Amino acid sequence: MSEHTLHFRPADGFRARSKAVVDNPFLRQSFRGAMDFLMAKRAAQFPDPEELESLRSLGEAIRQYNLAKLPDLLLQLESRLTANGVKVHWAETPDEANAIILGIVQGHGATKMVKGKSMVSEEIELNHAAEAAGIEALESDMGEYIVQLAGEKPSHIIMPAIHKTKEEIARLFHEKVPGVDYTDNVDALIQIGRDVLRRKFLEAEIGLSGVNFAVAETGTLCLVENEGNGRMCTTAPAIHIAITGIEKIVEKLEHVPPLYSLLTRSATGQNISTYFNMISGPRQPGEKDGPEEVHLVLLDNGRSQAYADEQLRKTLQCIRCGACMNHCPVYSRIGGHAYGTTYPGPIGKIVSPHLLGLDATAGLTTASSLCGACGEVCPVKIPIPELLMRLREEAFSAPRANPVMRGQGAGYSPLISAIWRAWAVVYQSPALYRMVSWLGSRLGGFLPSRQGAWTSVRTPLRPAPKRLRDMLRERG
Amino acid sequence: MSALARDRILAKLRQNAPSTANALPDVAAWYAGHRPVETAADKARRFRHFIELAHAEVHAVTPGNWTQTLHAVLKARAIDRLLVAEGTPHGDAALDDLPPHGIDCSVYDMAIEAWKTEMFEATPASLTGARAAIAETGTLILWPDALEPRLMSLVPPVHIVLLDATRIHNTFFEAMTAEGWKNGLPTNALLISGPSKTADIQQTLAYGAHGPKELIVLLIETTEAAQ
Amino acid sequence: MSEPVESARRPSDIYFFATCVVDQFFPGAGMDAITLLEREGIRVHFPEEQTCCGQPAYTSGFPDEARRVAAHQLTLFPEDWPVVVPSGSCAGMMKHHYPTLFAADPQRKAQAEALSARIHEFTDFLVNVLGWQPQDRGGDCTVVLHTSCSARREMGVHLTGRRLLGDLKNVRVATQDHEAECCGFGGTFSVKQPEISGAMVEDKVKALKATGAELVVSADCGCLMNILGHAAWQDEQAGRTTPSLPGEHIASFLLRRTGGAQ
Repeated sequence: MSEHTLHFRPADGFRARSKAVVDNPFLRQSFRGAMDFLMAKRAAQFPDPEELESLRSLGEAIRQYNLAKLPDLLLQLESRLTANGVKVHWAETPDEANAIILGIVQGHGATKMVKGKSMVSEEIELNHAAEAAGIEALESDMGEYIVQLAGEKPSHIIMPAIHKTKEEIARLFHEKVPGVDYTDNVDALIQIGRDVLRRKFLEAEIGLSGVNFAVAETGTLCLVENEGNGRMCTTAPAIHIAITGIEKIVEKLEHVPPLYSLLTRSATGQNISTYFNMISGPRQPGEKDGPEEVHLVLLDNGRSQAYADEQLRKTLQCIRCGACMNHCPVYSRIGGHAYGTTYPGPIGKIVSPHLLGLDATAGLTTASSLCGACGEVCPVKIPIPELLMRLREEAFSAPRANPVMRGQGAGYSPLISAIWRAWAVVYQSPALYRMVSWLGSRLGGFLPSRQGAWTSVRTPLRPAPKRLRDMLRERG
Repeated sequence: MSALARDRILAKLRQNAPSTANALPDVAAWYAGHRPVETAADKARRFRHFIELAHAEVHAVTPGNWTQTLHAVLKARAIDRLLVAEGTPHGDAALDDLPPHGIDCSVYDMAIEAWKTEMFEATPASLTGARAAIAETGTLILWPDALEPRLMSLVPPVHIVLLDATRIHNTFFEAMTAEGWKNGLPTNALLISGPSKTADIQQTLAYGAHGPKELIVLLIETTEAAQ
Repeated sequence: MSEPVESARRPSDIYFFATCVVDQFFPGAGMDAITLLEREGIRVHFPEEQTCCGQPAYTSGFPDEARRVAAHQLTLFPEDWPVVVPSGSCAGMMKHHYPTLFAADPQRKAQAEALSARIHEFTDFLVNVLGWQPQDRGGDCTVVLHTSCSARREMGVHLTGRRLLGDLKNVRVATQDHEAECCGFGGTFSVKQPEISGAMVEDKVKALKATGAELVVSADCGCLMNILGHAAWQDEQAGRTTPSLPGEHIASFLLRRTGGAQ
């Protein structure tokens, strides 16, 4: 039951990392272009505002209905899957999840695992753990494959290699894939990836995947994808291991179509993905393909903490479409790597504190102007700005007994808290406010011309020589 | 470890689960209010429109002539080898009609382990049926089974699908409710809406990422459906 | 957005909640808003005891402090008159967040809800309550409108500013690239994440200037402080003495275009 080892504290160095990106005009332009493209594609999928609003409301209701019944549904899912022949495992921490997965792999004496896209496997750093155990864990989603080949991490949950240009990928393939000449033709690059990875699908003993929706009433794991690598990973190898967070569950099969429609339309502006892969069991007697064994790993990793609080529970409504990133003016300025967390962008800022603790992530909660673009596009209406304000409160208030979150109070500063208390004293007292604002109007011209971060790109703030109340009094 | 984790996770959730359940969302009402009932011909038209948008090739055929179209499709690509599902009506029809035209029809008659390399490296095309389809997204529904296994619709670079237009539903929701899916699903059920694709390199769309590079639909439109 | 009312229900009196930013930094904008309302025959009451809506503490994660300051504002508007706020952001705080802020205090929650129903952002009040049709008396001019995120997303009033400017027959309203995107102000965000905020305001100013408009107008002084502050900083850096991007509150612009104080 060891606590997951924290490899680093994402909030440390966030400002330095984001500065490096905003100071790079090429990266700035490239992120902006990519996000503009995705925003336009989403908008084209929702021409009717009434349909969009009612579908978002339905999506929200479905997610909230299922979260309210979560413990019962997990048991129902487990029992249905077990009856279907799927082996169900539970993990509280990333370490436990890795131990379960690597245990299955080693139990079969296997050394080659091919992976479909799974953010939860990124969350638990499975590739790292597999490598340490001498197991090859190869990413097969084109974007993930590129990122892994480059020794990097995904910068977007839907488009992992969105930070890379085709020229960079061309150089990468030329350098890292044996026998490949430089080409920046995208079709040719994809063909190179296809050739390498089809050989891996043929040889791999273990296929690993994520899960988009787990249906309790039928015991079905649903996977959404365009490339077909997810189907390869879940069909060609003898063993399929799926991993998911405990929240991705719906009771009824009929809950799937609205969520699936919201997911692909919000994520990439597609009316549907190329493949929707519904897995309800391993190969049955007489069937000629499909895995002999199917495993599902259910991971908590902080989700039960978010679940415990009525407001924070809304975090778990997420269906991982990434629309909040695509529409976020902060994400589109700094890209995904600056956050330092598995899940970047607005959703990352509200999910990561539960996965990693506020002690590692308090600073990230301030990286939002609360403009509300994320909440506006969220297909399941997660009130992301409200949740960010709540997390700021949890992060910056004085440490309390029985905190609702790990790391509560980690950002507490007696000085900052005292300043806000003093601010409240002034602003709740008309007399004090009058005095302080009068002083401001008198001293405006004497305020320093350097006002910290504000004047790094702006002229100093100077109160007007006369306040509105003075002007009104003079007017009579 | 896993059993202990299970108990602890469930205990934490139970301790904090809401005491009252939310009302069951009325998914059917949403679809009734937002998706019109369509004629068979409209559904066929919409299906065709959307799957073609997704880069699939659609041929209108009849119950009597579809193997001729199938042959023409293969000939146009200089493909002389086709994987078919023996024991299915369409597989048997192909087995009867194509070999005289010089097409070598192979069958999926043993477990994949016995011929995986051949499947991956020497199977240029396959023919499967589709159980049903969805008009609003241009989607084929396949339920692979012992006769027509899962990899047939995934590994060969050209995947040809025979679809009866009368099997087209308006929406995914309509398909699963009309067919009673919640009462039992096969080990693997699939929605397929075009050939395999990716936009992972600089948002540039490329087809044939890992699965079929081409998806060809032979759409059987009887006079009833065409009306 | 408020429902338009018939002239019979056109209010004779309103409260004006200036906001702390307007009181201290943009008093001219507050004065112009009041003047315009008075010119339309409305008695404007300015409760002297008003301070701040509490939003800075609220968004920074200090809801207790915000609640104390907000509780004071709840006491300032005894008559059943509309409360007009020349800022979408502060109006949003009072209209949408006050009821949440006092969720645990039934008495204050009821007060907050009653107040919430009477809160109007300035341009929303002009369009949807007064049904005001501005008569343009100025010469040809091109302006660009920046709408704050709260005005747009919380108050749904991004259309009213555009509508008012559109009614001015000699004014061309330019549209900037990424019109709906945040200017990067975000209260304490601008100083906690100065690099990102700086990049956002840089892009915003660039987009506004690219329209060729003579003037940027906004119904939110927080955004103006940020946008004009950055434009002026750029001018300083470049040694320019005339502002490359002048700007003002939409109240000042509307008042001037429609004949001033009279």
